[in-house]
Amino acid sequence: MSEKKIVVPGEYLGLKGDRKTGSNVYSEEDKVYSKKVGLLRESENSIDVVPLSGIYIPRKGDKIIGIIKEIQPSGWVVDINSPYQAFLPLAEGVNEFVDVFRTDLSKYYDIGDVVYLKILNIMKKKIIQLSIKDAGLRKLEDGILIKVTPTKIPRIIGRGGSMISMIKQKTKTNVIVGKNGIIWIKGRNTDKVLKAIELIEVKSHLSGLTEKISEFLDSYSQQKEGRGEKNEEA
Amino acid sequence: MIPMSEEYVLKLLRQNKRMDGRNLLDYREIKIETGVIPKAEGSALVQLGNTKVLVGIKMEIATPFPDMPDEGILIVNAEFAPIANPEFEPGPPGEEATETARLVDRLIRESKMIDTSKLVIQEGEKVWGVFVDIHILNDEGNLLDASAIGAVAALYNTKIPKYENDEVIRGEYAGNLPVRYKPVMITMAKIGDKYILDPNYLEEEVASTKLSVGIRDDDVICAVQKRGSGTIKFSELEGLIDLAIQKSKEIRSLL
Amino acid sequence: MKKPEGFKLVDGKGKRIDGRGLDETRPIRMEVGLLSRADGSAKVGFGNTVAVAAVFGPRALFPRHLQEVEECIIRTRYNMAPFSTESRKSPGTDRRSIEISKVLRHAIEATVFLEEFPRATIDVYMEIISSDGSTRCTALNAASLALALAGVPMRDLIASCTGGKIDGKLAIDLNGKEDNYGEADVAFAMLPTKREIVLLQMDGELTKEEFMTLLTKMADKCNKIRDMQVKTIKEYYKKIGGELE
Repeated sequence: MSEKKIVVPGEYLGLKGDRKTGSNVYSEEDKVYSKKVGLLRESENSIDVVPLSGIYIPRKGDKIIGIIKEIQPSGWVVDINSPYQAFLPLAEGVNEFVDVFRTDLSKYYDIGDVVYLKILNIMKKKIIQLSIKDAGLRKLEDGILIKVTPTKIPRIIGRGGSMISMIKQKTKTNVIVGKNGIIWIKGRNTDKVLKAIELIEVKSHLSGLTEKISEFLDSYSQQKEGRGEKNEEA
Repeated sequence: MIPMSEEYVLKLLRQNKRMDGRNLLDYREIKIETGVIPKAEGSALVQLGNTKVLVGIKMEIATPFPDMPDEGILIVNAEFAPIANPEFEPGPPGEEATETARLVDRLIRESKMIDTSKLVIQEGEKVWGVFVDIHILNDEGNLLDASAIGAVAALYNTKIPKYENDEVIRGEYAGNLPVRYKPVMITMAKIGDKYILDPNYLEEEVASTKLSVGIRDDDVICAVQKRGSGTIKFSELEGLIDLAIQKSKEIRSLL
Repeated sequence: MKKPEGFKLVDGKGKRIDGRGLDETRPIRMEVGLLSRADGSAKVGFGNTVAVAAVFGPRALFPRHLQEVEECIIRTRYNMAPFSTESRKSPGTDRRSIEISKVLRHAIEATVFLEEFPRATIDVYMEIISSDGSTRCTALNAASLALALAGVPMRDLIASCTGGKIDGKLAIDLNGKEDNYGEADVAFAMLPTKREIVLLQMDGELTKEEFMTLLTKMADKCNKIRDMQVKTIKEYYKKIGGELE
């Protein structure tokens, strides 16, 4: 596995020229510098750094996993693993007409419920508006939740979803990855999924990761099956 | 007074002007009155523009520090009284008050302004403690420089009480506090790319950072403190020190 | 503090009490990622002075009724453990800790992109676990590493060191005795790649020429300290990448 170049805050990355700069770099007089510890990603048209750590920065359109925190008359306050409040308005959370004076909103989403949502809008002062109205978005029942460093999520998803699809296929387990660093796993091989994710987290700065994880999952299965056979014999 | 926006202050500065008509390097008018507090052994009231600071000196019997049995002690305290600024709250000294007290302390202590060896009553047992209490009456900015002027003026006004039969006899004096030098604190505020001296309270709010330098009569630097966030370019440092040394002579002539 | 009679900080050959030359720092050790509950953490040692820093955040600012703030709030705490000093230090804050927390906070504010996290806070906690001079600078180096590990966006890492005048000679990185008995001491921190000062404190007696000579040497030293921080960070990621092999 080869390593991409790790850069640190203040490190000079090159001249800006006509390139677009990402949010993890800054420029002073056409010189571009890194803001964070991360991997340099540059091309003819753009220059940015993929951070190796840091909190989730919400973006419009992101699909995320949240936990209902508060029920209010007009909707729900949701914890989305961010310093900023996120709100699911009634109209964006429910498809039918709701008589707010007579309905207990907890019948739709109660405190502690896990929901797969999208970021509809980020208003001024970083108030985040959510919605459940999109393909695949729904309340998630059972399963387990884990939190990972949000900056590792793109690696866990993989290019075009290749990494996560491979994990789901090889483990035959349902996995939903929230862009905000929260992952929901439900199925028989939860432990296998957890191990794969842990491996991706520490090796996220190395390339050739998909093959490595694929190999890992194959050998892990063999190990487990091996043990299984022994038990049966005994 | 209505707070001005940052843009207005910057606009003026680009023309090298300040809100009150001063030049960039001018101090406001300084007035010093000493001996204003009857029960204090020394005192001074300083007005730096409309900033008003009262400094009172009390001489009290104290035990010397264990590693300096043959020297008197110095304690400096600052009270940012709620009367001085609508944003000051009652209570123990906050960060600003603490920093101000400690900086005035350093200025007096490191300049060796007070000959503490002459403040011993009984070596290892009893010495005179010089208590410098800074009381801010009105905050229109640059409390540090005003407090430093007040402290030095008050110390020069201080008399040592008579000490007989293990008792301090207030109202009767055994001589002046042994002082030498007149150290001065010069505060420079950075706004945009420019530095101004003696910032008033609005200029302080707009400034990105401040540099305070304490200078003694022989141009020796006794204290330096960069205050506030913001940065100072390394290349600017020498020029700022030169400016502080030059200006300190002007302020010292008023003491 | 008063120097004991006849006590020499520098001998005739320019050697200091711990054998160092005037321009040498004590041995420096840096370690990151040692506190699992923190978002970023680091431990830095300059000789016998050891500081541990932990960063939490950016995280939500409570209580929410605090006035509208357009920028992230940095909260710092510099604290000395009771067993860190020769005579036990009483737990709790004192005026010195308050002042130090303030100047350290301002140094951090000068490099963090505060405008990216309005109404949030980043807490930087620094504990001195062993004290032998230059504690605030050691703490700031640790804070710089911890902030980087936590993914906080910064203009540059912060490098910090002390210097001063001992027995009439200018020296870098003062230990406890040199700090107490010397004629002047300076605490300094900068953003090395920008050559901008974020922390500067001095007390004692120095002429302008001495002050500028000393500061130029300290700025140079800070470049090397930053290089060490960079090496520590990059090696940390290389190491954890190989751990689960």
